[in-house]
Amino acid sequence: MSRTEAMLHTENLRLSLGGREIFHVNDLTIHKGEVLALVGPNGAGKSSLLLTLALLQTPTEGMIRIDGEAADNGNALRLRRKMAVVFQEPLLLDLTVRQNIMAGLKIRGAPHRDAVERVRQWLDRFGISHLASRPARVLSGGEAQRTSLARAFALEPEVLFLDEPFAALDYPTRKSLLNDLGNLLSEMSMTTLFVTHDYAEIPYLAKRVAVLYEGRILKDGSLDEVFGQEILKSSLWVPWET
Amino acid sequence: MNVLFEGLIEALRLLVTLDRDVINITLRTIQVSGTATLISVLIGIPIGTTLALTRFFGRGFTVSLVNFGMGLPPVVVGLATWLCLTRYGPLGFFGILYSPTAMIIAQTIIATPIVAGFSLAAVQSVNPKLRLQILALGATRPQYLVLLLWEARLGILASIIAGFGGVISEVGASMMVGGNVRGYTRVLTTATVLEVSKGRFELATALSIILLFLTFCIVAGLSYLQQRRRQP
Repeated sequence: MSRTEAMLHTENLRLSLGGREIFHVNDLTIHKGEVLALVGPNGAGKSSLLLTLALLQTPTEGMIRIDGEAADNGNALRLRRKMAVVFQEPLLLDLTVRQNIMAGLKIRGAPHRDAVERVRQWLDRFGISHLASRPARVLSGGEAQRTSLARAFALEPEVLFLDEPFAALDYPTRKSLLNDLGNLLSEMSMTTLFVTHDYAEIPYLAKRVAVLYEGRILKDGSLDEVFGQEILKSSLWVPWET
Repeated sequence: MNVLFEGLIEALRLLVTLDRDVINITLRTIQVSGTATLISVLIGIPIGTTLALTRFFGRGFTVSLVNFGMGLPPVVVGLATWLCLTRYGPLGFFGILYSPTAMIIAQTIIATPIVAGFSLAAVQSVNPKLRLQILALGATRPQYLVLLLWEARLGILASIIAGFGGVISEVGASMMVGGNVRGYTRVLTTATVLEVSKGRFELATALSIILLFLTFCIVAGLSYLQQRRRQP
């Protein structure tokens, strides 16, 4: 797969809310099969940028191209169905685990037999087959986030958005999920935007990092280019202060 | 206490002997209040959902109107409906005053704001991020609404229970636009008022007990639907 082929590309993308500019990202590209980690301080506009790129927030101006196709109101639903989003909260429906994973497939009109097979497969891949019949509301945080990830992967999206999906989890759960997810992303070569504020998570999933600071992309490059050795010198080192 | 006890005995006797008048009145109560609740659900839930999900000029005023309507005195609704349906009123040509249809109209006016107000609160209480997640799953507008109402179903069922409770217990509007005509527009509440005015307290108590039993059965059924999936 060519790394030069852009899966997601922005042109002069800007979002203002209530007269305040949230971000202005002139040119950001995520190539097919690439995982881009987006870091930045609280309020930098990371989540807003993710929502905009996932076509869940209308930008004030600019253009988003998904696999070369410019997004607009007319094709937003169709393009949204090429993507999946996992938020910090698992945001499961008040259904069983199996029904939650099935929900997205039903929404997208997947044939029933295919959907059942895919649900079985992803329940298995995320190690939650034993929870399949359990109501989502009684799951632990880790189980719920695994369900949320399984729901996203079952959709077999062309672009995956991860909005700090591990932020609310304890360390052992986070580590186990990061390992599983890292393996899956490299195995599937899934184009992914991974928003996080925990640098320790980045090497598990991404080889490229963009730093968003006050709504602008301050740095964009490989882990070495952005972090260098600085990250090793101090646990409080922040890439937007260098 | 004696009246209550005798009323209970009388209620049992009327039910066991399938008293024709009482069965007739009970069935009409279910017909009128049930139809009014159903219509108010069909109108009120879309209004509540729309108000919860959209922003438009005058929305705040509209929400205030709905909330105000939740406390509408039935007797005022009855009077307004009567004025509209009376022979010289704007809708007098329909000739439906003192009919079950008039009672259904008045009760629908009472129940609709209650259903709309509770639905509004129920839909608004769904986590806004979950709304985003539903859209992110690729939902069309109708799929989005169905899933949203599913998530809000406890509150939605509460709105139906409240709407039904509001109309089955009201007497002012039914009396005014129904006229309490025996065998035609007499319902449990208006029959109870009539029996009290005639000094037949045992029969009035019996009718009240039947009304309470009927209300309990219907509300219990709705509550079962509301709560059956909530147990872990």
